[in-house]
Amino acid sequence: MAESLRLDPIRCDGHGMCAELLPELITLDDWGYPVIAPGLVQDRLLDHARRAVDVCPVLALRLERAPAARPPAPVPTTAGAGRR
Amino acid sequence: MTMVAAIPRLLAGPPSSAGPEPLDAHQARIGGLPPARDRRAIIPVLEASGLLGRGGAAFPVGRKWRAVADRSSGDAVVVVNGAEGEPRSAKDRALMACRPHLVLDGALVAAEAVGATDIVLYVGSEHRDAHRALGRALDEREPELRRRVRVVAAPVGYVAGEATAAVRFMNSGDARPTFLDQRPHEIGVGGRPTLVQNVESLAYAALIARHGVAWYRSAGRGQTPGTALVTVSGAVPRPGVREIEYGTTIAEVAALAGATTRSASAVLVGGYFGAWASLDEAWDRPLDPADRAPAGLGFGCGVVSFAGSDTCGVRATAEIMTFTAGQSAAQCGPCVFGLAAIAEATRRLASGSPAQDDLGRVDRWAGQVLGRGACHHPDGAVGLLRSALDVFADEFARHQARGRCTVARAEVA
Amino acid sequence: MSTQVLWFATRGAGIVSLLLFTAIVVLGVITSVRWQARQWPRFLTAEVHRSIALLSVVFLALHIATAVIDPYASLGWVSALVPFSSSYRPLWLGLGVVSLDLLLAVVLTSLLRARVGRRAWRAVHWTAYASWPLALAHGIGTGSDASAAWMVGIDAVCIVAVVTAVAWRLAAGRRGADLPAVVASVGRSTSSEPGALR
Repeated sequence: MAESLRLDPIRCDGHGMCAELLPELITLDDWGYPVIAPGLVQDRLLDHARRAVDVCPVLALRLERAPAARPPAPVPTTAGAGRR
Repeated sequence: MTMVAAIPRLLAGPPSSAGPEPLDAHQARIGGLPPARDRRAIIPVLEASGLLGRGGAAFPVGRKWRAVADRSSGDAVVVVNGAEGEPRSAKDRALMACRPHLVLDGALVAAEAVGATDIVLYVGSEHRDAHRALGRALDEREPELRRRVRVVAAPVGYVAGEATAAVRFMNSGDARPTFLDQRPHEIGVGGRPTLVQNVESLAYAALIARHGVAWYRSAGRGQTPGTALVTVSGAVPRPGVREIEYGTTIAEVAALAGATTRSASAVLVGGYFGAWASLDEAWDRPLDPADRAPAGLGFGCGVVSFAGSDTCGVRATAEIMTFTAGQSAAQCGPCVFGLAAIAEATRRLASGSPAQDDLGRVDRWAGQVLGRGACHHPDGAVGLLRSALDVFADEFARHQARGRCTVARAEVA
Repeated sequence: MSTQVLWFATRGAGIVSLLLFTAIVVLGVITSVRWQARQWPRFLTAEVHRSIALLSVVFLALHIATAVIDPYASLGWVSALVPFSSSYRPLWLGLGVVSLDLLLAVVLTSLLRARVGRRAWRAVHWTAYASWPLALAHGIGTGSDASAAWMVGIDAVCIVAVVTAVAWRLAAGRRGADLPAVVASVGRSTSSEPGALR
């Protein structure tokens, strides 16, 4: 099944356990917060991804079916425009 | 502040100095709204008109209303977004203060179109003229409308006007953006489908309801039809709010503000989530949301702010980055730490005591912050930063290398 | 099964449970202070903490079941689940029952974390700090071996471990980033908005 990782940046508290368990797809930025590689999780990494999702102490990480399944949110038409 | 219209539509009628236009004058000037049953069919009209949202994202208004209408079972909520937390924008508060009945008309039309019982006027608490004008305008209206409308004072702050932040404030008093799967048009105020729409967008919808698609599309020179409000500020003799047609060039906007020659060197378009452009390149470019980066200027929320050649771009950037970092909702680590670090580094560069490779660091952090917050606040800040690094590249390089500002009078635009 | 075997099983499982609970508390503290070493990454602490918690439920179940089944102890299932309802040393046994109830709440909310919500989960999890001393007191009050030198030794080790862990936790304070404080300190850097319109 085509799945991708999705992080809730508000819940995330920078524990960094996900990066320890899935270094192929998750690295930590200068402040200890995870940077998730975009795109689908390869089949061979799915078990590791599930383990990373499971270990997060604040449940910030999720594995979801591929993004195409969700309707897209309105996209800003200027660089970084806000919705106000 | 002076308001002069190049193509008067919203701003047709008495000047802003005359204060809020009362109901009788409003109806005498442009007539009443068409009958209710015609108003409910407005969504396809708006879609045909090509009306785009005026809050900054330029999302098609008709499509947005349809999304809410599809999910509404008569219980939707219309949030009239007049928060305007963007420091260099004044168009929304000016519009609310001098044409409150246009805004109310738009809100009423929206409520009927999406099937909403309740209307919330979400007005920035610091916009006192707007609050007063809308309050008085409501008193002039029929009781059925008054019963459905409540005025909510939006907290001061840059992110308070973001759609999910507005909804969350009304639900729980917390004006910070959320990261939920449910968008406002699905689950918003009180769990009901909610339309969050900028005041200017609603005012144009009110005019389109009266005058139709052909009228709206008769203005506009480029890809985007219609007119829009811009806030002109900075190194111009007569700053203020203007109404222009899409496709108007920077040069023409400068002329509207009394600048007959090109004395400024750079212009900020769109607000603190927009972009800087050098006037050498941008002078004859059109202001049009469809004219996008990298070469185009975009439109954002209509801020057009000119920086004189005596403005230090590095210092201006440092002050803007410090502001946006201080306005973070403090919910996401990358935004909080990234923007704070960027602000500190740009301040060091501006003050003349940079650390080694502050410039490289700022560039790296910009990449690390992009797309990693719950809302688009860090993205907007990074977009602005990158445009500044491009437009003021020489000044940044001088500040990094020699720690000295070569601009004579270092003032913010 | 002879009552002697059941009695040994009850005591043994109870002691093992106490040791496991002690390990759980220590590991929980290590997770929250975000400690790590080169050969011991943070995820390991979190996973071992959870594994031992599940293991401890097994030993606890054994401890309770053998006690209830044992005809000599004359405890019913009710007294194992309702605090202070036993005829045998109601207070000390009851403390164990309260400890059990708290532990069950912690384990259940943790297994159903996604549904319970973060705030509720945290509130229940904090009661673990109450559950442990209740378990210890229960052992000292009802345990047949409580006065034996080796048992006193075990109790002492457990107490030292938990006290040390709690002290560490208090000293570490808030380990996650205090985001609002960082933003506030940036906000103090300038007094007014640049280019703001009057």
